[in-house]
Amino acid sequence: MLSETLFGTDEMMTSLMQKRKAGGVVWKVVFLFSTSLAILFLLLLLVSVIDSTFGYVAVRNEMEPSQLVAGKDAVSEFSRAELETVLQEHLSSGILRRVLHDKPLQERSKTDLVSLAQQYVVKPSVVRSWGLGDSLLDQKSIEAFMAGNEGLHLTFRSWINWSFFTSDQSANPLNAGVRTAFLGSLWIIMITFVFAFPIGVGAAIYLEEYAVDNKLNRLLQLNIFNLSAVPSIIYGLLGLAVFVRSMEHITSGAFLSSVSDTTANGRTILSGGLTLALLVLPIIIINTQEALKAVPDSLRMSSYGVGATKWQTIASHVLPASIDRILTGTILALSRALGETAPLVVIGASTFISVDPSSIFSKFTTLPIQIYQWSARPQGAYRNVAGAAIITLMLLLMAMNSFAIIMRDKISKKKRMES
Amino acid sequence: MIQHVGNHPFGKKHRPHEVVIETLLFLFALFSILITVGIAFILVRESFLFFADPDVDLLGFLTGKVWQPMIGLFGFLPLLNATLTTSLIAMLLGIPLGLFVAIYLAEYASDRVRGFLKPTLEVLAGIPTIVYGYFALTFMTPLLRSIFGENRVDIYNTASAGLVIGILVLPMIATMAEDAITSVPKDLRLAAYALGGTSIETTFKVVIPAALSGLSATFLLALSRAIGETMVVALAAGAGPNLTANPFKAAETITGYIVRISGGDVSYNSVDYNSIFALGLVLFVITFTLNLVSRKISGLFHQEYD
Repeated sequence: MLSETLFGTDEMMTSLMQKRKAGGVVWKVVFLFSTSLAILFLLLLLVSVIDSTFGYVAVRNEMEPSQLVAGKDAVSEFSRAELETVLQEHLSSGILRRVLHDKPLQERSKTDLVSLAQQYVVKPSVVRSWGLGDSLLDQKSIEAFMAGNEGLHLTFRSWINWSFFTSDQSANPLNAGVRTAFLGSLWIIMITFVFAFPIGVGAAIYLEEYAVDNKLNRLLQLNIFNLSAVPSIIYGLLGLAVFVRSMEHITSGAFLSSVSDTTANGRTILSGGLTLALLVLPIIIINTQEALKAVPDSLRMSSYGVGATKWQTIASHVLPASIDRILTGTILALSRALGETAPLVVIGASTFISVDPSSIFSKFTTLPIQIYQWSARPQGAYRNVAGAAIITLMLLLMAMNSFAIIMRDKISKKKRMES
Repeated sequence: MIQHVGNHPFGKKHRPHEVVIETLLFLFALFSILITVGIAFILVRESFLFFADPDVDLLGFLTGKVWQPMIGLFGFLPLLNATLTTSLIAMLLGIPLGLFVAIYLAEYASDRVRGFLKPTLEVLAGIPTIVYGYFALTFMTPLLRSIFGENRVDIYNTASAGLVIGILVLPMIATMAEDAITSVPKDLRLAAYALGGTSIETTFKVVIPAALSGLSATFLLALSRAIGETMVVALAAGAGPNLTANPFKAAETITGYIVRISGGDVSYNSVDYNSIFALGLVLFVITFTLNLVSRKISGLFHQEYD
């Protein structure tokens, strides 16, 4: 009887337990739902990029190929002689003179002639483009659009294709490509690596292997964690004021007096790479510290035991034992740099570059900057081009990360065989 | 008998290169301080020039409701407002979702599910922010416009940018919160079970309160990240300062303004050029404070259980 007044009847107990368990089930559903939502976002992100990279395009030609040569519907079907006459007849004298000055028509390859004819005579322009989803599922409205507009050509287009990789930027989305941006990204990453890797690894070695627990070293550590969370755009402002403006003499290459007229200021690959080096430095330091922490102390002790000095221990035992993790951490940091946009926009990377970067003093553009520029344009077709550029960037990132994984496995395999 | 080989005494041998190497490595570590000092110095110096301009005064900057450099009005409230709007929306989505994913990962998921989820979060975290910006523009905005009506939602709006920033910080919140939750000692959980708690009660009444400092540190860091996020707002939130409480209207954030102004050709020493540094200083002070507080809180947490 006493227990009933204290704890309630059996029925009350059971119903209470049921309620408590039901609450648990509800929450578990919420957790599972949230997790699925996170995965869904990732899928949607990928789908929306792929969606705009493939699909139908409605193109209007300024001059129809069939008007140039009767019975042929595409420039690529023209014979060489036909192409040459078409170009002679339809190019404006100014353009013709420039083309001939570069290289006479007779010496040019047929693909070259075809692209010239496309660019200057046929002049196709995108009237409207559809995503992959609409192209597959909503063909009726595409047909309706085509029926309502005379003289358009409908083709299914993959915006990511070989000429997208090989051509540079263009005012026409059909001809736009990422070659200069791709090369710019590679140059920038290289500069970033050259500066950030030695300093970052060196700083990490000091903090892990030498630093004693005192105020200064604690401050160093706290500062590095803080720096790693400073918004990237702030690094852009730092780069703008220091590398582009104050050090213009050096970053523009003027001090070597080898500077070309086109690069009369400090907005060069060197400035961009240095800015990103500052940005990834804290990340490299933190990653390297983690790698060094994972080296067991017994290794250091046995090295000291046989009489090695501190630096001998680090150079011949600690670093070889952790190099795989250090490199993986560095590549992760570099992929962060590869995807950065804001700091490079702030230091004033050029957006329209049609010449390949040739030295660290060249003006540059990078893949993320191109994606930004193309996405921001109002014309719909540039969204497709941006989608293709995103796929290019993601493939590059994936290649870097797989390279890191393969290298790590190789090194650890080698280590196992040696031991 | 012990025979001494050579005659140098036991003790420290003088090795100059060891000292040189240590000094060099120390200088590398010190370089990171130089970056912080450099950032602070540059931002303060240029801001000083900005406030020295006759058109600008500090009070007007802090309380002005209009940012129109063309007519000499520099009130930063519209920019701050847009930054806070996008960050708030991001936190409203990112914190609960990230926390729930973290709880699921730490307390419920089987090893197989974890083995799949963790890499997924890593992929999500490794995607460049510009891609999220593209996602906001091509997916989130059309989605919002089809739900709430095209005349109510602008083509550029803070809601779309905020939601996508929420997705962007989600993996970071989930990973860090999971760390905070798993570092709660097992004894606490077992004690709660022994008292008859169900697993959900243990999670909410014992584990989460015990992990609270680690979790708040995570949320502060996520907020700092959201405030400093640039490319998403630059693409999706709109160009042009606008003091509005309506998240469906276009409004430019602090970061969005900095990117837009520096993307065009500004001449050095103009008010426009100096203004981006003044706004950068505001941004730096806010995020740096958040990071420091976050770091302090998580430091407290580690002392409690270590």
